[in-house]
Amino acid sequence: MTVDTYVAPKRLDEALEAMRGGRATILAGGTDLMPQSQSGKTPLGRRLVNVRRVAELHGVVLANGALHIGALTTISELMASELVRRHLPILGEACEHFASSQIRNAATLGGNVCNASPAGDTLVPLVALGAAVELASKPNGAVSTRTVPLAEFVVGPGRTRREPMELLTAVLVPLPAAGSVQRFYKFGTRLGLDISAISLGLAAVREGRTLRQVRLALGAVAPTPMRSPGAEAALEGRPLETGVIEAAAAAARDDARPISDVRASAWYRRELVHNMVKRMLTDVAEG
Amino acid sequence: MSPKVEISFTLNGTERTVAVAPDMSTLAMLREVIGLTGTKYACGEGECGACTVIVDGLSLNSCLMFAADCDGRSVTTVEGVVDTPVGERLRDAFVQAGAVQCGFCTPGMMVQAKHLIDSLGASLDREAIKRGIEGNLCRCTGYVKIVDAIAAAAQPKE
Ligand SMILES: Cc1cc2nc3c(=O)[nH]c(=O)nc-3n(C[C@H](O)[C@H](O)[C@H](O)COP(=O)(O)OP(=O)(O)OC[C@H]3O[C@@H](n4cnc5c(N)ncnc54)[C@H](O)[C@@H]3O)c2cc1C
Ligand code: FES
Ligand code: FES
Repeated sequence: MTVDTYVAPKRLDEALEAMRGGRATILAGGTDLMPQSQSGKTPLGRRLVNVRRVAELHGVVLANGALHIGALTTISELMASELVRRHLPILGEACEHFASSQIRNAATLGGNVCNASPAGDTLVPLVALGAAVELASKPNGAVSTRTVPLAEFVVGPGRTRREPMELLTAVLVPLPAAGSVQRFYKFGTRLGLDISAISLGLAAVREGRTLRQVRLALGAVAPTPMRSPGAEAALEGRPLETGVIEAAAAAARDDARPISDVRASAWYRRELVHNMVKRMLTDVAEG
Repeated sequence: MSPKVEISFTLNGTERTVAVAPDMSTLAMLREVIGLTGTKYACGEGECGACTVIVDGLSLNSCLMFAADCDGRSVTTVEGVVDTPVGERLRDAFVQAGAVQCGFCTPGMMVQAKHLIDSLGASLDREAIKRGIEGNLCRCTGYVKIVDAIAAAAQPKE
């Protein structure tokens, strides 16, 4: 199909209006869309809606106990954000591993989330941080918004719960409580331009030797980023001792449902999950 | 055929107005519509950096950028980079260090180096240079001479 209309609105309202007819493709940084449309994997719709000029979609602010990250915020901007550095260090750390300088300057957070790749680098830290996405549309003339937890939003490789008329406007991350401990780990062969064999994100609140509100996210071990309910239950409210750490690491290994591919076998991925969860928790216990 | 989109932007300091297909890349526009062939097409999918350009002060892969998105922005290609004092230093340093073999990666390396020098200045050390050119592949030199060249160009001459 060829594109018959290209629009580059400056206001959110106009962008949502342009998407009302359906069959619209949203363009943000283009780093996924260009190769995917050129290879024919995702042909462009009849309308190409470039949302990069919509001012409301840019930037990071702290409001009502949550960090509100505009969908058009780039990976470079996340790395430079003082709010991200202070409150969401594992998101900043994941961005360090992201592609190359040129791609980080173009790639947006909203694009990374909507592309829903099992290897999407921001998804694991965001799931660990309990993030949600905000979606807006204009079904019958009036703007309507809804919020969906990120872990529910991504339903499969490249598939999300976004409706065709909806625009992802922001990622909302609850402000981590005082005593928040966060850890991120990505296994790959080098820092940049690498697709991870597995990645892990941990966020919890430390009270003495005990962790509470534990969220452990696993990446690239299932069709979508997932939490490990077994490991979370093994850790919640218990002192971080050797036996507890081992039980959590074993539970995470059992929760993972990896495949074998060119990067690693399923067995190897499970062993990595076990060993790295153990190392991460030991590090937290000693820190 | 898709209808064309008319865009106006600054290219190497000069205002340009061109008509592009909505699905065309900035790289294709530069080479095929405007005829500036310094910016190279190699992988066409963001892996190699041969197509690097600077847009509003940030380096990007022009093969991944939609040409229509250049509207209202300022684009600098290698042809614009060599006209600047930093670009001249880079060109001399690449020759001095022997950092050019087949030369196919060189325009992208120079543009990325210009972006790194502009954003990090004299504090651009070898580690930061290596990190900064992770998205630029060279199949010939082994990178050492490229890093040498960029490090030399980062220090302004008296
Ligand atoms: C060489 C290369 C290396 C890469 N390395 C990495 C890496 O290390 N880690 C990683 O995670 N990713 C990587 N990527 C993938 C890509 O860069 C990211 O997924 C990026 O964040 C996508 O953002 P974008 O703004 O470029 O999205 P676009 O390409 O503009 O859009 C991506 C998809 O999301 C949709 N979309 C975008 N924004 C919205 C919105 N606000 N609302 C609704 N839908 C929207 C688009 O319609 C499209 O389907 C790499 C890509 C390339 C080409
Ligand atoms: S041609 Fe653009 S990155 Fe290789
Ligand atoms: S000099 Fe040949 S690719 Fe770099």
